[in-house]
Amino acid sequence: MRHTLAVLVENKYGVLSRVSGMFSRRGYNIDSLTVGVTDDPTISRMTIVVMGDDEVLEQVTKQLNKLIDVIRVTDLKSEESVERELALIKVNSDVTNRSEIMQIADIFRARIIDVASKSMIIEVTGDDGKITAIEQLLKPFGIKEMVRTGKVALRRGQKSS
Amino acid sequence: MTESTEKMTGARALIECLYREGVDTIFGYPGGVLLPIYDELYDADIRHILVRHEQAAAHAAEGYARATGKTGVCIATSGPGATNLVTGIANAYMDSIPMVVFTGQVPSSLLGNDAFQEANITGITMPITKHNYLVQDANELPKVIKEAFHIASTGRQGPVLIDLPKDITVQEIDFYYPDKVDLRGYKPTYQGNLQQVKRAASAIKESKNPVIYAGGGVISSNASKELLDLAEKIKAPVTTTLTGMGGFPVEHELFLGMPGMHGAKYANYAIQESDLLIAVGARFDDRVTGKLKAFASNAKIIHIDIDPAEISKNVKVDIPIVGDAKWILQKLLKYTESAQSEKWLDRIAHWKKVHPLHYVEPATGDGIKPQYIIEQITEACKDAIIVTEVGQHQMWAAQYFRFSEPRTFITSGGLGTMGYGFPASIGAKIARPDKVVFDIAGDGSFQMNSQELATAVQENVPVIVAVFNNGYLGMVRQWQELFHNRRYSATCIQNSVDFVKLAEAYGALGLRATKRSEVRPVIEEAIASGRPTVIDFVVEEEENVSPMVPAGAAINEILDLERKE
Repeated sequence: MRHTLAVLVENKYGVLSRVSGMFSRRGYNIDSLTVGVTDDPTISRMTIVVMGDDEVLEQVTKQLNKLIDVIRVTDLKSEESVERELALIKVNSDVTNRSEIMQIADIFRARIIDVASKSMIIEVTGDDGKITAIEQLLKPFGIKEMVRTGKVALRRGQKSS
Repeated sequence: MTESTEKMTGARALIECLYREGVDTIFGYPGGVLLPIYDELYDADIRHILVRHEQAAAHAAEGYARATGKTGVCIATSGPGATNLVTGIANAYMDSIPMVVFTGQVPSSLLGNDAFQEANITGITMPITKHNYLVQDANELPKVIKEAFHIASTGRQGPVLIDLPKDITVQEIDFYYPDKVDLRGYKPTYQGNLQQVKRAASAIKESKNPVIYAGGGVISSNASKELLDLAEKIKAPVTTTLTGMGGFPVEHELFLGMPGMHGAKYANYAIQESDLLIAVGARFDDRVTGKLKAFASNAKIIHIDIDPAEISKNVKVDIPIVGDAKWILQKLLKYTESAQSEKWLDRIAHWKKVHPLHYVEPATGDGIKPQYIIEQITEACKDAIIVTEVGQHQMWAAQYFRFSEPRTFITSGGLGTMGYGFPASIGAKIARPDKVVFDIAGDGSFQMNSQELATAVQENVPVIVAVFNNGYLGMVRQWQELFHNRRYSATCIQNSVDFVKLAEAYGALGLRATKRSEVRPVIEEAIASGRPTVIDFVVEEEENVSPMVPAGAAINEILDLERKE
């Protein structure tokens, strides 16, 4: 099972390696990890997607909490939170198929952010399913390069915990 | 409270911080980048113990911490000095011992430059420290040191490392030592949940066959009195793990000895037959549980531990109580009712009678059985501090010494570090000069740090090293005998050194016993000498540690291995 954890950490050097080191040392697998500063510049927020059953999730949460630089760990259950990921996809295109690709992008409410003579770059935001879907549709044209940010998530409603 | 600030260098500030933390002794070894600090130490009111290898500084600081409960402090230079500390830091981490470790570092301007004697010690020690710091500005140094001592000595204790680039130690700062620590990511729980305590109390009331399984947490939390009171009140037998040894008096009728691989049979039988296992400051280590699925399978489990991450890590727990063992035991005492479990205690008494810890004396000759030495040390000096290396002798010490108080058994539990005992015994003796301190050693382990004889002699630390000299790396040999058809691959170390001459070469006292009748006299002579002493006990070569649970077996599948003559 996939779990999404929001981890508030001290915004200091070395914290990322403390967190990722803990995962590798204890044999937990990170699906994705994103990190960025929050509204409080002394605090960063990591969104970590981890695979495992409830026992793994419990151990991961406890082990994260043991790190001195970890301030708070929240399990973001998908029904209670909003999740987004952003992807940039550079796809082969020329005059013959440009409009077809633009139509696909339109359906997914994706944006064309760069057009060159033989390729274009599409920016798409959504959950995992949406990004996978557009990727599948663009594959026949030939994807030259692609990058995904990894998931970020927030709990719905007023506060985050 | 505000304090007037004073201008000083980082190195001077370090000393001031140590004063404020009540540090009277540090163990270390100097080096290039530490020169400003060692210059300050030269006339500081702190005893610096110069070891002969940095590994020994870490072990000695740990021995000091375990003997007193205070935080041990050690220091080593950048690069190899720092990496030599690694084993000692890992050892303290595994056994949750409070320690603050200072390492020198190349100047900030050279960091990451592969400079001479540079090693990324904060990176290296990340998984084996509770926390670590690379100081980037000397103005932060007092706060960092304050936090380090706080983190090391609170919650689940452990080592904290502070890496000090050389320029930090010469930078001038306005010294100010904070009197409070506020770490938003670190708030250990001391007071257990009272609802859980009450649930535990009613489980105790319903139980007919309770067993208390106490670990090193009882020692760290200074809870042995509460443990004794609870055991007596609810009439529950008590087994203590290797690191919990000394937490309950061995001669008490409720004492079950050590559980697990080389535990007492009756301890293992009692755990397996129990209907309630009360774990206090213990972590269900694989050497204790054997086959996990078969461990205490009929018992409800109460787990008292200060580290929430230990709850249900290995064994599913029914009633977890997170907090300080002493606090929780006090509350449990309040809510439990006195109980009598005569039937259960009768069964245990029967097991003790039928399956005692025992060994077979040599039928002929005057050979020395290693267990006999432990018994003789007990008789000669029951309140000694017993420190051990790792291996067969360590198990015999745990099985046969009759501990009566906490902090008198100092051993490498989790990491199993050969070479630990001798430097740790130096640290313990410095901390407790009033105590007789023995390092129970194997001829293999002792040779891993025997260079510390120089430290013991120079600093006049009269520890007694009892070398159980059987000419083998005995524990590995035992496994080769049992599981590899006696193919003693790389475990024979016969005649590697004359331990008496080795001691004498360093200016220590060297003694030898080759006959049973000589054992007690050399022990007495060593104690009376008041000098650092090595006793070479030439013991039976192929004696096995018995009983033994084979790896992967349930703990009641425990075998007798004593060698019949």
